[in-house]
Amino acid sequence: MRFAVPSNQAKEPDMQVTMTINGESVTKECEPRTLLVHFIRDIVGLRGTHWGCDTSNCGTCVLWVDGEPVKSCTMLAAMADGREVRTVEGLEQNGQLDPIQEGFRECHGLQCGFCTPGMMMTGRWILDNNPNPSEEEIREGISGQLCRCTGYHNIVKSIQWAAEHPAENEVKA
Amino acid sequence: MTAVEEAPLSPAGNPIGFGNMKRVEDQRFIRGEGNYVDDVNLPGMLHSAILRSPYAHARIKSIDTSAAEALPGVVAVITGKTLEGIPRPSLLGDNFAWMPTLSYDTQAVLATDKVRFQGQEVAFVVATDRYIAKDALELIDVDYEQLEPVMDAKKAMEPGAPVIRDDKGQTDNSITDVHGHKTWESGNAIGTAEAIAQAENDPNCVVVTQEIMYPRVHPAPMETCGSVSYLDKVTGQLTMYTTSQAPHAHRTVYAMVAGLPEHKIRIISPDVGGGFGNKVGVYPGYVLSVIGTIVTGKPVKWMEDRGENLMSTSFARDYHMTGTIAATKEGKILAVDVDVLADHGAFNGVAQPTNYPAGFFHIFSGSYDYPHAHCKVTPVYTNKAPGGVAYACSFRITEAVYLIERLVDCLAAELNMDPAELRLKNLLRPEQFPYTSPTGWEYDSGEYEKTMRVAMEIAGYDELRKEQEEKRARGEYMGIGFSFFTEGVGAGPRKDMDILGLGMADGIELRVHPTGKAVLRLSVQSQGQAHETTYAQIVAHELGINPEDIEVVHGDTDQTPFGLGTYGSRSTPVSGAAAAVVSRKVKERARQVAAAALECSPDDLEWELGRWFVKGDKERGKTITEIALLSHGSLELPEGVEGHLDATAVYNPPNLTYPYGCYICVVDVDPGTGQVKVRRFIAVDDCGTRINPMVVEGQVHGGLADGIGMALMELIAFDEDGNNLGGSFMDYLLPTAMECPTYELGETVTPSPHHPIGAKGVGESATVGSPPAVVNAVMDALAPFGVRHADMPLTPANVWRAIQGNPIRVDMAVE
Repeated sequence: MRFAVPSNQAKEPDMQVTMTINGESVTKECEPRTLLVHFIRDIVGLRGTHWGCDTSNCGTCVLWVDGEPVKSCTMLAAMADGREVRTVEGLEQNGQLDPIQEGFRECHGLQCGFCTPGMMMTGRWILDNNPNPSEEEIREGISGQLCRCTGYHNIVKSIQWAAEHPAENEVKA
Repeated sequence: MTAVEEAPLSPAGNPIGFGNMKRVEDQRFIRGEGNYVDDVNLPGMLHSAILRSPYAHARIKSIDTSAAEALPGVVAVITGKTLEGIPRPSLLGDNFAWMPTLSYDTQAVLATDKVRFQGQEVAFVVATDRYIAKDALELIDVDYEQLEPVMDAKKAMEPGAPVIRDDKGQTDNSITDVHGHKTWESGNAIGTAEAIAQAENDPNCVVVTQEIMYPRVHPAPMETCGSVSYLDKVTGQLTMYTTSQAPHAHRTVYAMVAGLPEHKIRIISPDVGGGFGNKVGVYPGYVLSVIGTIVTGKPVKWMEDRGENLMSTSFARDYHMTGTIAATKEGKILAVDVDVLADHGAFNGVAQPTNYPAGFFHIFSGSYDYPHAHCKVTPVYTNKAPGGVAYACSFRITEAVYLIERLVDCLAAELNMDPAELRLKNLLRPEQFPYTSPTGWEYDSGEYEKTMRVAMEIAGYDELRKEQEEKRARGEYMGIGFSFFTEGVGAGPRKDMDILGLGMADGIELRVHPTGKAVLRLSVQSQGQAHETTYAQIVAHELGINPEDIEVVHGDTDQTPFGLGTYGSRSTPVSGAAAAVVSRKVKERARQVAAAALECSPDDLEWELGRWFVKGDKERGKTITEIALLSHGSLELPEGVEGHLDATAVYNPPNLTYPYGCYICVVDVDPGTGQVKVRRFIAVDDCGTRINPMVVEGQVHGGLADGIGMALMELIAFDEDGNNLGGSFMDYLLPTAMECPTYELGETVTPSPHHPIGAKGVGESATVGSPPAVVNAVMDALAPFGVRHADMPLTPANVWRAIQGNPIRVDMAVE
């Protein structure tokens, strides 16, 4: 429930952090202790990434750093300095939804929508690394993330749908 | 799979009526464009944090906030003393330190005299950012004198037990309801006792008694609770963005709590990240964000973290039940008697219709035909968080269904009878509906045996039993568990039900614009239930307007009519009915306009989807779109016909609706480790008419996962010192994709005879119905070890202990 060791001193001076977010270079001031999830949400203003627990259990805060999914509540913004971040807002390209986004809508892979961005980011990563995952591989892939609405059934189906409907550039690659 | 008649498709490919339709709301969610409370940032907004008690029971000797106040960035530090100093112009107490609960008890907003549970609110800090607010908590010095906590409900009423609610002048830990009762009884005590005594003395009968605990669990939606409040001092308008399942009810409660005029309060619940009953209650944090804006004049955001959510907001269950079931040796159930010790925590904060204070627990007679039933519930205070009715429980039907479905299986074990056969022998028969239960419920409709047979067929029941037999011979432990549940949902008829005096009818408003596009304004509040999609389908079904041409507005009290919100599976049974009724009013207005345009009597017109036409002359007619324009145009209308097609309605349900279903769970148990693997889960639900089968099935999936979680993993336990042992997701275990199987769903459709479209509601069916199926399956697997019952959660350790013949008490960290 606590973010830091107590101090009755004024807060530490801000530092400058630069990272590439969804292809754009972003430089912002923040406290050294700022968590990446709060940096992305409150300082950069991208609110698709959510904050659901403080213990790296729920995965609503999953985004990519240098192409790997991470729980952004467990990483300092400073640790992402100079690195490449991709969030849910970066899934849609040139007005085209990513197949993972289409899949979640197509297969009713979401209800309240709160876990959805993190689930889609992991789903996209699973498919980038394994274009034809088995059901077991998908379940294991998302097992670090929680959903309270869907019972996971349709999340699995959504990722399967995306695997079966790759974007054109995916097919070429 | 759908039994609904195929609706014609709109130009966008959506059903003009019922059927699978992709969700409208997904467009924003898949883009990360949802708008949850923590996404709300107002200009000049301050952040806040709550200092919570580390002790379950302690006297507050002093609080020193000076160091916190001196921290740069801190704007205000508020304690119970501060609140005592703010006079409240209200009938509900003279200051802000205490607030009323939804069960006519009082609850501390910030503790003044004592803390009464670990995690209770002690001080409130408002600061320029959320990190500073949290820092300041560390600088508040509270001097506590620890008191002995009451953690074991079974010891709460022992002589000499520490008294928790001395603030009310109590001398023990009993709870007295608004009617002055300390125990809550339902059914026929004498008839039931006599039937059981008779059975005990009859060699052709058996009587089985079993202690069954439904431990404390938590709804734990992925989004925690929070609010952003702003009081505009010039206009006097309080705007509150909040995680609420019931914005209108909350507005009324805030008016009462804060003494603010209700028309100056606007509650906005934007997207809500899951509720499951967690967002029905009014929590101190919400009230503190209001007090924060009153004190600072700035918007104040309060967003709890996960630990706070699990430790302080509404828990669920915590029922210690002892059930006695009497039956003939042929398996005909004769009577059921239940004695319950109900742990309500430190404040009686149950959110439920007040008529019977144990909620709908007295529906425990279940889906079976027998004449005698009685229950007695004794509520007590303990040093635990308040709440009690949450987690998709349909006002405690979860506890009721778990009790009867476990008892029936215990009876089957005693009779050495197949649990499916025992159920089939006792299920209510179709000709008995409407059926009045021994505790006074009037079940509306059902074809129970048909539903059960569908489930058994999907499961391949006979083959499963053969497989089990073969496996047992090999020393493998597989179990098959049944659950047959009946719920009463859609609270509720105004004559019987209310929350804090507010009747449970729901308003609705439908406007059809001149071009035939429509706006529907709802009183209920989606937390993921797809109202923006399914309500458009109801209007489409009634009026023939394309669903994509109907905008559904909800979640803003300034834009929607009054109603009591979404919980207890009440949206479809109450507000869904209102949507049909208001559409029918519009249809009738359209008929008057069409008759004027076609120069005939309204009685000469006939309706087909989307169009009125002259009887016997199908070509002569007007579509709803044409009529919409005519209704706004220069057409001369007969006297008494107002023009326009807008209408409003308030729906007061004549009765509850009674969805039901049969679930079958198949598990494999490793006797060496106690590990349970849910291999299959078959769920056949009958929720009457299905508006959008895809959405129905999605909600069933979620509830089945809840059942797996509660049966196997989820638990809020305490140690004897009062420490909450489930205060984070490290300790409060939720099922992941690895613990859940691919579900196998089926359906039967028995419409509700009194609901305008025959729908019954389904949101909680699976959460209610699934835990006993899982537990019954595990007990079935463990039958060779002579295990008849073990309490949830059936963690590997608990299963292993049960196999050793030494089951443990799950709710306390004691031997």
